[in-house]
Amino acid sequence: MATVTVSHKACTVNPLKMSQPIGGALAFLGLAQCMPMLHGSQGCTAFGLVLFVRHFRESIPLQTTAMNEVATVLGGLDNIGNAILNIQKRANPRIIGICSTGVTETKGDDVDGYLKSFQAAHPELDDLAVVYVSTPDFQDAFQDGWSKAVRNMVDALVEPTAARVAGQVNFLLGSHLTVADIEELREMAAAFGLHATFLPDLSGSLDGHIPDDFSPNTLGGAGLDEIRTMGEAELTIAIGEQMRPAAEALARKTGQPYILLERLTGLEPNDQLLDCLAQLSDAPVPEKYRRQRSQLMDAMLDGHFYFGGKRIAIGAEPDLLWTLATWLTEMGAVVATAVTTTQSPLLEQMACQEVVIGDLEDLEARATDCDLLITHSHGRQAAEHLGIPFLRMGLPIFDRLGATHRLTVGYRGTRDLLFEVGNLLMANTHEHHPESWPLPGGDHARSQIAVG
Amino acid sequence: MLQNKIQEVFNEPGCAKNQTKSDKERKKGCAKQLQPGAAAGGCAFDGAKIALQPITDVAHLVHGPIACEGNSWDNRGAKSSGSRLYRTGFTTDINELDVVYGGEKHLFKSIKEIIDKYDPPAVFVYQTCVPAMIGDDIEAVCKAASAKFAKPVIPINAPGFVGAKNLGNKLAGEALLDYVIGTEEPESTTPYDINIIGEYNLSGELWQVKPLLEHLGIRILACISGDAKYHEIAQSHRARAAMMVCSKAMINIARKMEERYQIPFFEGSFYGISDTSESLREISRLLVERGAPAELLERTEALIQREEARAWERLAAYKPRLRGKRVLLITGGVKSWSVVAALQEVGMEVVGTSVKKSTAEDKERIKEIMGQDAHMIDDMTPREMYKMLSEAQADIMLSGGRSQFVALKAKVPWLDINQERHHAYAGYEGMVDLVREIDKALYNPIWSQLRKAAPWDAREAAQWLP
Repeated sequence: MATVTVSHKACTVNPLKMSQPIGGALAFLGLAQCMPMLHGSQGCTAFGLVLFVRHFRESIPLQTTAMNEVATVLGGLDNIGNAILNIQKRANPRIIGICSTGVTETKGDDVDGYLKSFQAAHPELDDLAVVYVSTPDFQDAFQDGWSKAVRNMVDALVEPTAARVAGQVNFLLGSHLTVADIEELREMAAAFGLHATFLPDLSGSLDGHIPDDFSPNTLGGAGLDEIRTMGEAELTIAIGEQMRPAAEALARKTGQPYILLERLTGLEPNDQLLDCLAQLSDAPVPEKYRRQRSQLMDAMLDGHFYFGGKRIAIGAEPDLLWTLATWLTEMGAVVATAVTTTQSPLLEQMACQEVVIGDLEDLEARATDCDLLITHSHGRQAAEHLGIPFLRMGLPIFDRLGATHRLTVGYRGTRDLLFEVGNLLMANTHEHHPESWPLPGGDHARSQIAVG
Repeated sequence: MLQNKIQEVFNEPGCAKNQTKSDKERKKGCAKQLQPGAAAGGCAFDGAKIALQPITDVAHLVHGPIACEGNSWDNRGAKSSGSRLYRTGFTTDINELDVVYGGEKHLFKSIKEIIDKYDPPAVFVYQTCVPAMIGDDIEAVCKAASAKFAKPVIPINAPGFVGAKNLGNKLAGEALLDYVIGTEEPESTTPYDINIIGEYNLSGELWQVKPLLEHLGIRILACISGDAKYHEIAQSHRARAAMMVCSKAMINIARKMEERYQIPFFEGSFYGISDTSESLREISRLLVERGAPAELLERTEALIQREEARAWERLAAYKPRLRGKRVLLITGGVKSWSVVAALQEVGMEVVGTSVKKSTAEDKERIKEIMGQDAHMIDDMTPREMYKMLSEAQADIMLSGGRSQFVALKAKVPWLDINQERHHAYAGYEGMVDLVREIDKALYNPIWSQLRKAAPWDAREAAQWLP
């Protein structure tokens, strides 16, 4: 059980947090033939775009309503309509996902109302799905923007139905899962003969593949038709607490049951997932997962020596923090410092004394006696100051290759992460020297003998 | 107030592009009206931050919601020889309550915390859209904080929605002119003191040029703003001459420093061998005009001769490997001809160059170098670029990061020549490095592997089995 503290500094130093609208935009990047757009000044989009380009090393489709000073003050609803028409003409996507920003929320544009009348006035756009989500920059954080965007996708796109298709399952995925994680889940579902839909699905759009032709929209992801029929699944599995609102929205709309798994790193959560898939498909757990489970147990046996008692400092968004902190604690490490970006029901249950909603300055100040620092790439300066090993986790990771292909779910992903963290801890074990075990009093006692 | 500043910047008489405009056009400003749903690029705040963040020992405090700093900090490549404070991200991260009640007190407290904890020589406060909308008066807050803490606290009033990056560069320049330049006196001056204006020391490019100046006994009193310290900029009004690098970004600083402090300036570039030489010559000429001993000119010529020869000698090795290779050059176009000349010198053929931001004069110059039928590209969509590259109309593309993946996905070598790049390409050293990087990119063994079809897709199937 942890005490949740909100950092009371006036000035945020070295932000851990990123803004809500780009969290929403990233969720839209997991839809096929989609063009995400921020309703704000062009800079709002440019910053998000550069951030994603650096993390994914891919072109990022992301548009802007390009609000200037006049439009901002007088109201920029027409900019939305013009933007939709322009995007339709130039890129012709199937879905446009719109996130508001601080600029437009300060004025308080009624975007929902505007979109209704705009769409009524433009029947030629009937085939184009438009999803809007309100994500002011001055509230909440990246993970919340993602969460709200997925909830709104469900609300806007999934069709109500009572029909159920056997073997059909939905996964609602939190923003902390990588492309490799999604691919692992897809493989698992297929191994049980299940047909799975993933929302959002970054593995189709941002997995770094080479398309046959140029496209200005997302290169893949969850397709519109697929999303519409998500109500026909037998079960929805939500991964990460942030997916609860979307899971509930889906349940409300279709009466479909859901289960929520808070994390998929570690032995037990994967036991639960596979057991659930086995029951759902009425098939035994395939041999390869039994083998992987055994490998993970062996890795835990080999690795636990290096984790025991190690003090870890983590800066991450709530769901990623929960995943890492819980798993590291299960490995015998101590989460000495936890800093996060936004509220979550999980924070109080975290396996550490205190969770601070704060920044990387807070993390650095509390990590002086730690053995490992875990946060996104912006922690590089703190790790350097502290002189301790540094594991990059989360987003952005811009100074390493392959951030999206990092697997940390499933038995296999847990095993690989265990080796990675274990190796960092092992490489940093301190060699002993003659002065390692001084007696109490040390120098003082010896000098008295010399004098005597 | 801000509107007056913006109009003033738009009226900049030193800008060549501006001089050719009618009054009406000028009033509209430099940037094309942005089209919703079809716009790209940074905002004025981004531009202001790019221009000033290279000042290394200052605390750069962004007053706004988390997006403005949280999504963008520590991502610009300006290098420092000393303080690291400029890489620390400071922001008020304003919340809903600030939006309702105003963020001025929050800002004031933030300034105090920074001074208490980090004690920088100055704090720069950047305005952003949301506080500008709710009426936070950052000028007043900065004035009060300066008085209270006896430390310069400088307002940079360039909220994102007033315009594009380029306007932000200029508004940042105005802030330096209004609040920093001329506020301190240097301990000593020499007849060899210059300012370099509009150079950001990206990837350490200033350090490719500085040894040349030092060899001539020329002192950079202030570089605005690459690897600069606050006090250097405050004292920069005592320089004898100035060089303005990258014409469009900070022309207002150069021209107004000439007006106020009689510091003559010229516009030059350190990209390309002949441009570097020309710039060195011009610096020396201006210094001699301002009273430095005339022998500086001879020493400059001697240095140029020696360094040019050394550079050409090193470039010669690449000539047989690069001869006839076709380059597509997409640079934003500011001075693409200076790079064009260098690439031609090693035998490469420039099959197209962008002229989006070039002046008529620049275009004439390109025609001179590339011939009358020079392929000048005004604005190329990514789709057109992809088509051109995938049809193998170029062997390599040089551009900024934005179009990086258009080239790479077309399996065409690509080299970053924009501000996020990791290599330094200034001066004689830089041009040799650029050519070396082109050679490395072109001859990397991956290309032949990537362009081959998978065996099962190949026209003639391979026989694996006996």
